[in-house]
Amino acid sequence: MAGASSYSGMVDKTFWMILGSSVIMLLGITATMILFMVKYRRSRHPVASDIEGSATLETLWTVLPTVLVMVMFYYGWAGFKVMRETPKGAMPVTVQARMWSWSFKYENGKQTTELYVPVGRPVAVNLESADVIHSFFVPAFRMKEDCMPGRHNHAWFQAEREGVYDIMCAEYCGDKHSAMLSKVIAVPADTFDVWLERGGGRPTGLKLMQIKGCVACHTSDGSKLVGPTYKGLFGSKVRVTTNGVEREVLADEDYLRRSILQPKADIVVGFQPQMPDMAGQLDDEDIKLIIDYIKRQ
Amino acid sequence: MAESKTGPAWTGNYLQDYGRRRGLMAWLTTTDHKRIGLMYMMAMFFFFTVAVMLGVLIRLELMNPGMQYVTPRVYNSLFTLHGVIMIFLFIVPGIPAVMGNFILPLQLGADDVSFPKLNLASWYVYIAGAVLALTSLFAGGGVPDTGWTFYAPYALRSGSNVSLAVFAAFVLGFSSIMTGMNFITTIHRLRAPGMGFFRMPLFCWGLYATSWIQVIATPVVGITLLLVIMERWLGIGFFDPARGGDPVLYQHLFWIYSHPVVYVMILPAMGVISEILPTFAGRTVFGYKAIALSSMAIAIVGYMVWGHHMFTVGMSDTARRVFSILTFLVAIPTGIKVFNWMATLYKGSIRIEPPLLWALGFVFLFSIGGLTGLVNGALATDIHVHDTAFVVGHFHYTMFGGAGVGLFAAMHYWWPKIFGRMYNRKRAIWAWGIFMVGFNVLYFPMLVLGIMGMPRRYADYLPRFHTPELISTVGSWILVSGLILMVWNLIRAIKHGEPAPANPWGGTTLEWQTTSPPPQLNFAVAPTVTTGPYDHTALRAAAAKEAQ
Repeated sequence: MAGASSYSGMVDKTFWMILGSSVIMLLGITATMILFMVKYRRSRHPVASDIEGSATLETLWTVLPTVLVMVMFYYGWAGFKVMRETPKGAMPVTVQARMWSWSFKYENGKQTTELYVPVGRPVAVNLESADVIHSFFVPAFRMKEDCMPGRHNHAWFQAEREGVYDIMCAEYCGDKHSAMLSKVIAVPADTFDVWLERGGGRPTGLKLMQIKGCVACHTSDGSKLVGPTYKGLFGSKVRVTTNGVEREVLADEDYLRRSILQPKADIVVGFQPQMPDMAGQLDDEDIKLIIDYIKRQ
Repeated sequence: MAESKTGPAWTGNYLQDYGRRRGLMAWLTTTDHKRIGLMYMMAMFFFFTVAVMLGVLIRLELMNPGMQYVTPRVYNSLFTLHGVIMIFLFIVPGIPAVMGNFILPLQLGADDVSFPKLNLASWYVYIAGAVLALTSLFAGGGVPDTGWTFYAPYALRSGSNVSLAVFAAFVLGFSSIMTGMNFITTIHRLRAPGMGFFRMPLFCWGLYATSWIQVIATPVVGITLLLVIMERWLGIGFFDPARGGDPVLYQHLFWIYSHPVVYVMILPAMGVISEILPTFAGRTVFGYKAIALSSMAIAIVGYMVWGHHMFTVGMSDTARRVFSILTFLVAIPTGIKVFNWMATLYKGSIRIEPPLLWALGFVFLFSIGGLTGLVNGALATDIHVHDTAFVVGHFHYTMFGGAGVGLFAAMHYWWPKIFGRMYNRKRAIWAWGIFMVGFNVLYFPMLVLGIMGMPRRYADYLPRFHTPELISTVGSWILVSGLILMVWNLIRAIKHGEPAPANPWGGTTLEWQTTSPPPQLNFAVAPTVTTGPYDHTALRAAAAKEAQ
């Protein structure tokens, strides 16, 4: 059966090769153990022979496993080589990871929370993280590479079949690590082209906050998650800790802007300083849209 | 023949007090390697019990999808504690601190280790580290939730009490270094007359290789953990990119220690197996030099493979290839050991006793652990299973199925020597059987889950992973039943067991020449060595004489 991605079949072949030889070796070892236990038990074989060793056997079971593991190394390497060589002309997509959501940015500026890709065309992912280490894992494609803060990792894949595939965060990143999920949605190439051109413009405030993952920690209905709620926030008095000193501030536009760009400057009492700095992820117009949205809550 | 010494220190029993101090104080101030070994054993089994219970809670939460009993934050603390306690408080000191302390001087024919006071000090440092680790749970910002690996930058930003937990690991490292130095010196200086390096029992070889790793690798993690503390307290940017640091640097420094340390855990266990097999096969070991030297080869090559923990962090592709090929190389000396063990059973005269069953259990489980390691060593497949349940299954097969079962084998082998009592044979075999079934029901589904794509450290999971998760949880109950039966059987033997003779199993190494339990200064007649460690001819001649 062909795999879901262009190289998943090759990875699976390596799996079968290694697991197959492992099962054979395990069965061999276990069967030999049991055979010797039965054949040479004291009641049947009362006098042991002291065999000190055998240079031939030692050589044999040094050389043969060496050859075997080198073959395994080669298979692993060959499959890996394909994964690392991004084909020319692959469509670039920036993957942004943060506690605890994913967003995807296409070349034309379109941003989404699910990764739409065309079947049969290579996609080059540029992996970024806004805070701690995350790992971009698509099991069906047999691909994984970490999203490292402060550096850009790269990987690529090509979906071979239409379908919806899980994206999971594979590097432990805190409270909602296991909820940091998304999907790859592989659609026919022509459908994809139409989709990409549609809705290229700037998203609304709420949409932006979904894409950037704000809503994973902040609600608009008054309930308290990892961060404070937006409900009734604008114009209220907020108790914050600034440089270790507790004080009360008015939640005006300046306060909201500061909390988005430098979230560790004023920490709302009762919460942990966990939010990533959004400077660089949002431009002025984005921030204005978000503040307008918060004002209305 | 040397003269037989008299006096209570040579004819008595180390479990009784002869000196100025009595009772508890006599134990707390002892420099007797045997008592220190037992003190380690008591402390470690307390922590082992705690960590097993945490593990059972983890499995309970994972029995069904969704959150049932704990919040994700608590779940994260559960697996962090389980890992920290199991690694730093149980399995790293593990066999060397308990069995090494007790058996090494006996096997060398010595009165004690080279530095008995340093040996006692290392126990106190261990306890100090353990107390700090426990304090970190209840003081400060709450139970650490970073995983036992303390990866930056998460560990630098977590509001939980990471600094103290990291400092505890730092202190525990010193205990490890002290024990290592003590063993190296003891092995070099205190071997009995006639015992060349290649007449030394293979358990001593395992400890020798281990001790070098402890002395050379532990300082690296000590420094790394100090850097973490400095970054958390002083805000110096070593590892956090927001401060100009590099998180990949942390992982390199961490694994430069933490990969070799898995060989600290496994090499002594391999030594135990190399003792048990010749004894119960009633013959000499097959390929003595190959087994001894492969321990050293594992220690040396194992030092250079740490990068295989980091195949997805974005290292250069060349570095990934080099680490992959080195990882495969370390499989070769491991294979050599397994093949020599099998050959040791060939044409033996095998008695099936609990220590042998545990040893063969080790070979089976550790083989699965080693073979699944090949999947992690190969680049293409590791990319898929990295940071999944497959890795969790793999290292439990090696660490628990290997080092843990090796310790259980050692306990069943040397229990009569340590306490002078035999345990119930039938119950021991039942406990072994239940444990082996439970172990595989618990950990095999994790291998399947990982290949299906289930990431590790997930408090919750997608419904398609449910069946293997459920089976695994049931396995945890079976395994714990086996453990309880085993521990009860051993503890019961201390009081109610039949008295053990000096050499209940027909062992040939020196510890079997003295009484069970041994006197305080080990040997009434200082032993001299004229043959290899596993020469059964004298024992066979004695048995033949008795039969006439």
